Amino acid sequence: MELVCPAGNLPALKRAVNEGADAVYFGFQNSTNARQFAGLNFTDKRAREGIDYAHSHGKRVFCAINTYPQPDGWQQWTRAVDQAAELGVDALILADMGLLDYATRHHPNVARHLSVQGSATSHEALRFYHEQFGIKRAVLPRVLSITQVRDLARQTPVELEVFAFGSLCIMAEGRCYLSSYLTGESPNTRGVCSPAAHVRWEETPQGLESRLNGVLIDRYADGERAGYPTLCKGRFEVDGETYHAIEEPTSLNTLELLPELRELGISAVKIEGRQRSPAYVSKVAGIWRQALDRLERAPDRFHPDPTWMAGLAELSEGATTTLGAYERRWK
Amino acid sequence: MPSDKLHLSLGPVLFYWTRDHYVDFYREAADWPVDIVTLGETVCSRRRDMKLDDWLGIGRELAQSGKQVVLASQTLIESEADLRDLRKLCDNGDFIVEANDQSALQRLSSARLPFIAGAALNLYNPATLGVLARTGMQRWQAPVEMSRDDLTRLIADCRQAGVNQPCEVFAYGHLPLAWSSRCFTARRHQKPKDRCQFVCQQYPEGLALRSQESKEVFTLNGIQTLSGACQDLRHELSAMTEMGVSVARLSPRAEGMPEVVQAFHQARSGELPAPDPLALVDAELCDGYWYGRPGMDNSRTQTG
Repeated sequence: MELVCPAGNLPALKRAVNEGADAVYFGFQNSTNARQFAGLNFTDKRAREGIDYAHSHGKRVFCAINTYPQPDGWQQWTRAVDQAAELGVDALILADMGLLDYATRHHPNVARHLSVQGSATSHEALRFYHEQFGIKRAVLPRVLSITQVRDLARQTPVELEVFAFGSLCIMAEGRCYLSSYLTGESPNTRGVCSPAAHVRWEETPQGLESRLNGVLIDRYADGERAGYPTLCKGRFEVDGETYHAIEEPTSLNTLELLPELRELGISAVKIEGRQRSPAYVSKVAGIWRQALDRLERAPDRFHPDPTWMAGLAELSEGATTTLGAYERRWK
Repeated sequence: MPSDKLHLSLGPVLFYWTRDHYVDFYREAADWPVDIVTLGETVCSRRRDMKLDDWLGIGRELAQSGKQVVLASQTLIESEADLRDLRKLCDNGDFIVEANDQSALQRLSSARLPFIAGAALNLYNPATLGVLARTGMQRWQAPVEMSRDDLTRLIADCRQAGVNQPCEVFAYGHLPLAWSSRCFTARRHQKPKDRCQFVCQQYPEGLALRSQESKEVFTLNGIQTLSGACQDLRHELSAMTEMGVSVARLSPRAEGMPEVVQAFHQARSGELPAPDPLALVDAELCDGYWYGRPGMDNSRTQTG
C-alpha cells in the first residue's frame, strides 16, 4: 500500500519524503484546491523544486485541483491543470466532471485520480468516472463502513485510496454546503470550510465563545479544551439538549484496520492535513511508514504499536481518535 | 405546460412521512398549479413506508392530472442494497429519473435513458453541463449555493456552448445542505442508525438544531442536514424568467404548502403583492445565496 502524505509547503513536502511517504500531494496558491489557507500551498517555482526533490528520491507527486470551477473562473482551473501537467506531476487529483473532461482531452497521458470531493461512494459511480474520464484511482469519501468498502473493493474498476489519518469530515465530501450557508464560502467554491476570516473568539461571563460569522458554534467553561470552530463540531441545542449534535472534535485514525485494507486490495492510504505544520506531517508520516513496513513484513500478526497510537492521539483534534464510519457503530 | 412562463415544480418530500400523509398530500397536489412533481425517497434507504410501486401509483394519478412526473434517486448511495433499489428506480419504464449521484448517472447513461440532473451533482460550469448533455441530460438543477449573478452567466455560457437544456432553481424550502452516513435524528434519540426505530418519522418538518443562543442554524432530517431558515425566492421569479431559468422548485413541507404554491403561482403571474413582512408559514426566511452572500442571510431584514 502506498503512503500518500500532505504537502502544504516545500518544507512539509521534504519532511514527508524524508520520513517515508511514497507519494505527496500539493495544491497551488488559489481557490483551485480544497485547502486554500493564507501562506499555504505552492507557486510554480516551489512546485518545481518539490517535484524535483520527490522524484530524485524516487517518490511520486500528485497535484490536487479539487474544487469546482466557478462560472467566472473556468480559465483559472484549466490553467492549474495545464501548469501541473507541464510541471510533470504523476497524477492530477480532480473532482469536477468538466475539469476531468478537460484533463482527459488535453493531457491524456497524465493520470487522473478522482478526488474525495467527487463523492463516489459506489462501484457504479466509480464506473461512471472511469468510463467517462478514464480515471486510474479514486479517493473514497469517509462515510463508508468497512463492509461497504469491502463490497466496493470487490467490484471497482479503478485503484482505491482511503483516508487513514487526520481531520474527519462526517458529511459526504463534495456534497456539503454547510460552510457557505454560514459564511458564503465552501469547499466546492473556494476550497475552504469554516474559514478563519469568519472566526471570532470572545471571553464572556458565560465562558469563552467561538463564533463563525456571528453564529455561536461553541462555548467553553474554564479549563475546557477549546477547539477550532469547525461548524459541524460545535455544541448545539436540539430538542432541549445541548451536545455535539453532529460530531465531537476528534480525528480519524485507521491504523488498526491496516491488515483488512491490505487484504481488500486498497492501493493507498492517505494522510489528511495540508494545513498542518511540517513537524506534524513529519511525525505522522514517520509513524505510518513504520506501521506499513511492519504490515508488509508480517500481515497476519500486525498490531498497532501502543506508542504509534499514543503519538497519533497527541496530534489529534480533541486528543482523541475514532474509526469514524468504517466502524458501523459510529453511525 | 405553457412555455411563456416560469414552470413550478414540487420537489420530492425530504422528510419521512407516514404513508397516509404522502397519499393525502399528493391527492391535494394534483389540483395545485404546479407543472412538475418529483416523487421518491432521496434521503434514507431505511425509510420504507413507500415502495417503488406506491410511488408509481401516485405518479400515474398525477400524470392523469396533467403533471409531468419525475422519480428522484437517493443522494447518498452506500450499499449493494441501495444500488439494487436504484436499478429498479431507473428501470421503472414510466417516468424520467432525477439523478442525484453518479451511480444514477452511470445506470441511466449506460441504458441510454434520459435524466434530470440533480443539484447535488455539482453543476458549476458549462464543461460539466456539456458532459451531462452528451450522456442524456434533459434538465438540470443549479447548485443550492450558486448566486443569481453566477447562474446568469452560467446559463448564458451554456447557451453559447450549445447546451440548451432547461435549468431549475430551488426557490422555496429548507435547503438540502449535507448528507452523512450518520443519522443525526437517531443520534439525538441515542439510538444506533441500524436500530433507529424510524424516529425521524416523528418530525414531519425535521428537527431544529439551534445555537446556544437559540438561533435556528440547521434542520436535522435523518442523515441529511437542511438549512435552519427557509429559502424564499418568491420575489425573484421575474428575474429568474429574464435570466433564462425555466423551473422554480418548491420543496414540500407538512404545513401550509397549498398557500406556498398559491403564492408562487400568483408571483409568476405577476401578481406579487407589495413586500409582505409576513412569512407564508411560521419559519425564519433566508435568500442569501441568491445574492452571493452567506445562505442564511435574509435581504428583507437587512438595512442598507
